[in-house]
Amino acid sequence: MTAGAPERTDRRGRGRSGAGRAHGSLRRAEARAGLALITPTLIIVLVVVVVPILWTILLAFQDVRLLNLRRAGIFDPLTLDNVRAVLQSDDFVPSLLTTLAYSVFGTGLAILFGLVAALALRGAFRGRTFVRAAVLLPYVAPVVAVTFAWRTMLNPQFGVVNELGVEFFGWDAPVAFLSERSASVSILGLDISLPVALMTVIAFEAWRSFPFAFLFLTARLQAAPATLEEAARVDGATPTQRFRYIILPQLMPTIAVLAVLRFIWTFNSFDDIYLLTGGGAGTEVISVRVFNFLTARGDIGLASAQALVLAVILALLVGLYLRRFATREETSA
Amino acid sequence: MSDVTSRPLGRADTAGSRATTRSTTRRGYSRDTVETRLFRVLRWVVIATLLLVTLFPFYYMILLSVRSLDEVLRDPGTLIISPGELDLSTYAEVLRPGSEGGQGFLRFMANSAMVALGTVALTLLIALPGAYAVSRLRFFGHRQVSALFLSVYLFPSILLAVPLFVFFSRVGLRGELVGLLLVYVSQIVAVAIYMLRNYFDTIPVSLEEAAAIDGCGRLGIMWRISLPLAMPAIMANALFIFMIAWNEFLFALLFLIEDRDRWTVSLGLSQLSGSIEVPTTVLMAGSVIITLPIIIVFLATERLLVAGLTAGAEKG
Repeated sequence: MTAGAPERTDRRGRGRSGAGRAHGSLRRAEARAGLALITPTLIIVLVVVVVPILWTILLAFQDVRLLNLRRAGIFDPLTLDNVRAVLQSDDFVPSLLTTLAYSVFGTGLAILFGLVAALALRGAFRGRTFVRAAVLLPYVAPVVAVTFAWRTMLNPQFGVVNELGVEFFGWDAPVAFLSERSASVSILGLDISLPVALMTVIAFEAWRSFPFAFLFLTARLQAAPATLEEAARVDGATPTQRFRYIILPQLMPTIAVLAVLRFIWTFNSFDDIYLLTGGGAGTEVISVRVFNFLTARGDIGLASAQALVLAVILALLVGLYLRRFATREETSA
Repeated sequence: MSDVTSRPLGRADTAGSRATTRSTTRRGYSRDTVETRLFRVLRWVVIATLLLVTLFPFYYMILLSVRSLDEVLRDPGTLIISPGELDLSTYAEVLRPGSEGGQGFLRFMANSAMVALGTVALTLLIALPGAYAVSRLRFFGHRQVSALFLSVYLFPSILLAVPLFVFFSRVGLRGELVGLLLVYVSQIVAVAIYMLRNYFDTIPVSLEEAAAIDGCGRLGIMWRISLPLAMPAIMANALFIFMIAWNEFLFALLFLIEDRDRWTVSLGLSQLSGSIEVPTTVLMAGSVIITLPIIIVFLATERLLVAGLTAGAEKG
């Protein structure tokens, strides 16, 4: 504050044009320094992210396999075979539907559980810090370790879930949660076929990522002004009404952002399903297919084409969502 | 509503708390009471369920790691272990190198630690100047640059996997920890810049201006003023990066699978859990060992991490 004063008088003394020139060269020096400081980041992102993405697009239209990789070059002839093979494959549509179901339900459940957890842990109580830390554990623990624990828990031979289910909940037989494609369950006389393995991986996804939603919703709740709720309480609004008309509208923007982020990440996710089921029993999502094309078949072109199709579909879905969301915002404003 | 049945309840309450001068109808008040009481109970049910659901898998992990395999197979439902049954030999076996009949987790941990620490150092080295520039300096595109980096983060990593696999195979970096390190840095640097920039934004510029007037150069300001002030954020970031690099699985699987000596903890555990020869209890000990560093790091820095991650979220 005090330091600024002499500078100002000095500048006024030197006259307008001189000050302008000095200011301009300062600006230029600043711009140069800024670019120099950001350059390392630009280079690594360009080399290890942007170029590979562009290269994937090229590879998707070339006939490249692991076997002829040594001879393959950037200027190999282009072909549509890979894209055609991907789109016409019998497994493509089921796999896409699996990916969609996995992402939609995984995202939805994660946000729902995150919201419930955030609301339950909102008021202070003894030990809240501990509960908060515990809730975040599934998100930070190594995915390989937690999938292994889940796989063991759900194991039909010696898993604790099946053991307890058979012993206490009267299950007829152990359920092969991760290797059974579908099982028919009769509820009120209706036979319903449930995709067991897919439901299990969705449950796992919700378990693992709800802490993320919890974290952001908690941060938003802390910023919500207490006066609004107090006023509503004085006016006689019940807890559900206060949630519906005061809290939820404030949370909506955060929920919308969470929905987009979680959907993108779940749509792309590979680790969880690969580690839980290996893509078997009706859980083969597209990213697992890409991996299998690359490693099991050694078909680089096909894998690239499949990855590209995944990215394009994702971009379309997110674009549609954002557009709808944007127009809705406009009309409501 | 069922105000007939709940009227006595509501009347008793109004009588009991005459001080509350609420201008509500009796009907609304009674619904309010019912709901308030319901949620007071439900809240504890939810908290108990949350604790059970989040902690149980970890408890089970520890439990199986200290039971012998025979015991587990004979009696899978046991959830409490008597001290006499405690069997810690699994930990020795999982850590011992393969040449001595163990599973070599010590080696995997050394690999993971090298990659993770290298990633932390390199990412911070690159992201700190970048974040400072984005927060403090006006240069062409300084507004767009972090959004651009973040958008890169939204691409499927499997999309990068194919060309990086090809590229590293050709230049001979596949199977090297250095290649993996480069990929990790590129994946994390955008988020690191985002988090650090948010912190730099909260440091008053006037401190830096004062240093400039005292004759400090741009680098001097960064080194002497901004860096020490940003230390909490830098620590949180370092630990966040460490966690991501330690947990990463896909690229380790793609690049390092052929050479067991280079496996990271994630890759080691996943590969060994696929084979039948290694007992589940031994691998559970392995899971505990690779999860522990993360949990320690997380608990030590939870507040910092949470604040860094969610900065800006409260604006909605």
